[in-house]
Amino acid sequence: MALNRKVGFLTGLGYKGGGPMWAWVLHRASGLAMVLFVGLHIFAGFLSQQFGSDLGITINQIYTNWIFQIVVFFLVIFHAVNGLRVVILDLIPALLEYQREMIWLEWLIIAPLYTLVLFVIIKNLLGL
Amino acid sequence: MTSRKVAKRGFNLDYIMWLFMRLSALALYAVGLTGLTAALVMGARTQTDISTLIRWVFFPNPMHVFSSDIVNLDGFINSFWQIMQITAVFFGVTHGMNGLRIVVEDFMGSTIWRTLWRGFIFFLWIFILLVAIYVVLAS
Repeated sequence: MALNRKVGFLTGLGYKGGGPMWAWVLHRASGLAMVLFVGLHIFAGFLSQQFGSDLGITINQIYTNWIFQIVVFFLVIFHAVNGLRVVILDLIPALLEYQREMIWLEWLIIAPLYTLVLFVIIKNLLGL
Repeated sequence: MTSRKVAKRGFNLDYIMWLFMRLSALALYAVGLTGLTAALVMGARTQTDISTLIRWVFFPNPMHVFSSDIVNLDGFINSFWQIMQITAVFFGVTHGMNGLRIVVEDFMGSTIWRTLWRGFIFFLWIFILLVAIYVVLAS
């Protein structure tokens, strides 16, 4: 199987790549999601700024929804911290020896940042 | 489905974009941290809520602070922040579009589809860049 590149989706999911593999998958998924969100946000900003368009205002209102914010903040924070890990490993290759430890460090950095975000979103949601 | 051909080592598009992805990531960190530091120095700590501060850190656009309690917006709305916004737009959009290209090309061989996708993403890049810079300059 190792040299067979015609691998199906479910077989691919069974690959035991561990932390680094899931970081790679999440980095791609969050990157694509951000291209969509940021692209739409630019488009909506243009529409509401130039024409006072209802469509632009509707799109931007989705961005203030708490469910959307909980998802998008996770994606953005993960992409930023994981990207920094990739940059550090690529620019200082000697650290590759500790790449698995760096995944743990990455989640240790994400956890408090995301907890703060959840705290703020829930606080606003409850109107406190 | 055939796997894509890996380009030869050397000074080519894939190498330049590999380097660009790393450097633009660092540039976006620099823009964000500049926004955060400047906003705190200019008094955002006591004059606004954390949601506004986070919006400002992601993108230092006037629309992101209009609804805040900041008393004097002079420091927030000027040409320096327009330059920072255009920097963020250029690095952010180019980083995102190249990321899209990398993901798409992982599923393409060297077929006509790769050329068509490259062309499409190139025009998407130019279009979003122009719209975003227009929004920055007009807001």
